[in-house]
Amino acid sequence: MADPATFADQAMPHMGSLYSAALRMTRNPADAEDLVQETYLKAYRAFASYQEGTNLKAWLYKILTNTFINSYRSKKRRPEQTELDEVEDLYLYRRLGGLEAVAANRSAEEEVLDRFTDADVKAAVEALPEGFRMAVLLADVEGFSYKEIAEILGVPIGTVMSRLHRGRKALQKALHLFGEQRGLVPAADLPT
Amino acid sequence: MSSDSQGVRPGLGPGSDCQEALDTLYHFLDGELTEDRRVEIQHHLDRCSPCLEAFDFEAELKIVIAKRCRDQVPDHLRTRVAQALAEASKTFDGPE
Repeated sequence: MADPATFADQAMPHMGSLYSAALRMTRNPADAEDLVQETYLKAYRAFASYQEGTNLKAWLYKILTNTFINSYRSKKRRPEQTELDEVEDLYLYRRLGGLEAVAANRSAEEEVLDRFTDADVKAAVEALPEGFRMAVLLADVEGFSYKEIAEILGVPIGTVMSRLHRGRKALQKALHLFGEQRGLVPAADLPT
Repeated sequence: MSSDSQGVRPGLGPGSDCQEALDTLYHFLDGELTEDRRVEIQHHLDRCSPCLEAFDFEAELKIVIAKRCRDQVPDHLRTRVAQALAEASKTFDGPE
């Protein structure tokens, strides 16, 4: 059975990833800190309901996510499903010249990725509508499985897959835009 | 999806093995394919360098996203959370 010391030993090492996720969700350091503190307090009080041996990190993320949704999310929510434009698969790769019949330098596309800064990638993630942003964060940054993400977000697994698919494409489009603005990638000459 | 002027290789048309591989790309990278399916796709990638390169790019992008979205926890936040938990343990009997 859980005691305060056990809780701290097990839960505190996850603060780095919880704080990073909180920053992406709230897009504001002060709110992110409050959100992390509230998550730890709620988790501490509910620790008796945590089943030893199950995934503690996923359990903490569920509390983080619920707390965010209930207390911190933007007041003016817009309908989500219509918010993302249709974006083709492999958006960024295609625009960097991947899949072209003749490509002189195959590693060029991956080199472009190295030139994106932390700020570029964070801004691209934070630009995603909330539901898509959370799915992408949980999958790509935290490496949760689809099933875990479905449990954390409280949505069906099909919804997770659809949000991930669309969210990733929108993220690639945003990254490409930043890359264009900073001259890292050639300007798009294709209709989008 | 529009198929015009995207520089897609002839072999990457709909219905081809390549299209099938690309359709499973994220399930593959996310480790969400059954073992049989994963082996099938891997077999295709072993023979098809355009698909392999696309998969490699997307795998690298996933790594870049994870790597670039890490933030250092401020010391004052660690202190704050530790204090809040210590405070809570006084007023709360602890988990039952």
